[in-house]
Amino acid sequence: MLQVASPDPMVPQVMRIVTRRKDAPDVFTLRLEPEGDDLPAFAPGQFNMLTAFGVGESAISVSGDPAKGDGIVHTIRTVGAVSRALAGLRKGDTLGLRGPFGVGWPMEALEGKDVVLLAGGIGLAPLRPVIYRLLAERDRFGEVAILYGTRSPGDILYLRELESWRRRLDIDLLVTVDHAADDWHGHVGVVTTLLPRVAFDPENTVALLCGPEIMMRFGVQALGNAGVPDEAIYVSMERNMKCAIGLCGHCQFSPVFICKDGPVFRYDRIRYHLALKEL
Amino acid sequence: MDTGREQAVLTVDGVDALFAALRDQGYRVVGPTLRDQAIVYDDISGAADLPRGWTDEQDGGHYRLTRRDDDALFGYVVGPHSWKQFLHPPRQRLWSARREDGGTEVTAEVTPPGRFAFIGVRACELNAIAIQDRVFLGGPFADPHYQARREDAFFVAVNCGQAGGTCFCASMKTGPKVEAGFDLALTEILDDGGSRFLVEIGSDAGRDVLVSLPKTAATEQDRSVASEIVARTTRSMGREMPDGDIRELLLANLEHSRWDDVAERCLTCGNCTMVCPTCFCTTVEDASDLAGVETSRERRWDSCFTMDFSYIHGGSVRTSARSRYRQWMTHKLATWIDQFGSSGCVGCGRCITWCPVGIDITEEVRAIRGGG
Repeated sequence: MLQVASPDPMVPQVMRIVTRRKDAPDVFTLRLEPEGDDLPAFAPGQFNMLTAFGVGESAISVSGDPAKGDGIVHTIRTVGAVSRALAGLRKGDTLGLRGPFGVGWPMEALEGKDVVLLAGGIGLAPLRPVIYRLLAERDRFGEVAILYGTRSPGDILYLRELESWRRRLDIDLLVTVDHAADDWHGHVGVVTTLLPRVAFDPENTVALLCGPEIMMRFGVQALGNAGVPDEAIYVSMERNMKCAIGLCGHCQFSPVFICKDGPVFRYDRIRYHLALKEL
Repeated sequence: MDTGREQAVLTVDGVDALFAALRDQGYRVVGPTLRDQAIVYDDISGAADLPRGWTDEQDGGHYRLTRRDDDALFGYVVGPHSWKQFLHPPRQRLWSARREDGGTEVTAEVTPPGRFAFIGVRACELNAIAIQDRVFLGGPFADPHYQARREDAFFVAVNCGQAGGTCFCASMKTGPKVEAGFDLALTEILDDGGSRFLVEIGSDAGRDVLVSLPKTAATEQDRSVASEIVARTTRSMGREMPDGDIRELLLANLEHSRWDDVAERCLTCGNCTMVCPTCFCTTVEDASDLAGVETSRERRWDSCFTMDFSYIHGGSVRTSARSRYRQWMTHKLATWIDQFGSSGCVGCGRCITWCPVGIDITEEVRAIRGGG
């Protein structure tokens, strides 16, 4: 009478850690390869549920290059029991993975457009697959601006990559920090202050935002002031998730499930709900 | 009661024979029984296990069993249990894992077919199961455990002979008459001769079981008496959900002052979510032996009334009682429609009865609508 669900979407596949790199005092990046099973294909903006065996599971965005096919890359900030347990794993250790899940960034909508990426903190990680695509197929897009804000110079992720990308003459890449010591010669201030410094045609722009909700609220506002319509702005939302498949109820954001209807949403479609507190 | 379906009449002994026949066919027979001064659902071995001659008195925050002045087998409405505890149990092992030789082996938990025969399922409850079917089996992902328990379930439904003090299925259009999703449906007819049951066939499986039972033909009078019983139940609903577009009403009033008012009364205990036959939310818990070699994950019922429910790093999204009650009620009555194509409420009244402070979902809707 009913289709049997197979494989069980709640059962993780076993992945082995191929490389582990420390990006910042509380941030690390793991490259994973499957034990036996095929490498799951993913799209920029999707996420996986990572299990630290015996501890629990967390939703983590994919931060690697989908075109490379050399494993699944996750950049993780240590904020709770699961991420702390994942932080304790070393090269060669195993962890569990379910995924990929969710609706990612609208890559087709970027074609022919100026693209503005607004990233805050760990929010740069889910946008990195987009950056790889933009740079690999640079001719398909208009102006490209990458604006990244983080807490302090020591928290800047992917420093070497950022430096190499900044040497390119065909994109704008600006970094700002909330606070810094005297030896920092870059921008200080919130990420929205970088917006007037880059070139884009607001009527022909798509903007992708990922970071703390407060940063995205102000980011949307600044983009709106610059003339970018709400329909051209996409945000990646975060809520508590236990299943990632729309069955546990935790990630509801009024009518939508962040896990299966998102995490990426066109801003005009959630604008009303984002304006309400504690929804 | 002419429903176009085949009908017959069973005696109390016939009902007993029905349970035995189901058991002989390999079903696990589960039905209402008396325990802890409440009518609960559990394994039953025969009609003698039913709460014969008992009824329930229900109101906001109030549940009492009293004796009836007859020997009705189904002379009560719904209690604190619902069938979800069998189809979507409070705890479900999902998988276990074993670390060895530098690798990890994960073993999925496979749930065997439930083979449940549910006895005395009311119209509201059949609707609740249809709603959970859409949640768990509607895709894009299906829950294999629910599926295994649900697949071969046999439903002996009962048309309610009376409405409870907190019942409002008539206004939710989910009862009291059972319309679909059953194998056999009983209407208990009480007269000087005791109980007899007009039985309606709802499926081939139902017919197959009924064939072997001692029964008599249904008369025109049986039909009309049964019809009047359902009509009387419809007229005696203890509560009523206001009519109109409730989804529209609630979503347009997410900042209504009534949410502050209900938050003053709500204890955020989560009772309403536990007794609700459609509430489906779960969390997961991982376990490990001391060495971290054997690990496992269990799923268990969760409630949107807890602080943990909406926790993300940095804090909970819904810290106030106002926001948590609003989440529960707007989900149940409004956004459920966006998500699953129907209201999440079947009008069973459990959330009113089992709320320790007697919050009445129909009253809250009425207050938001205004104008009494």
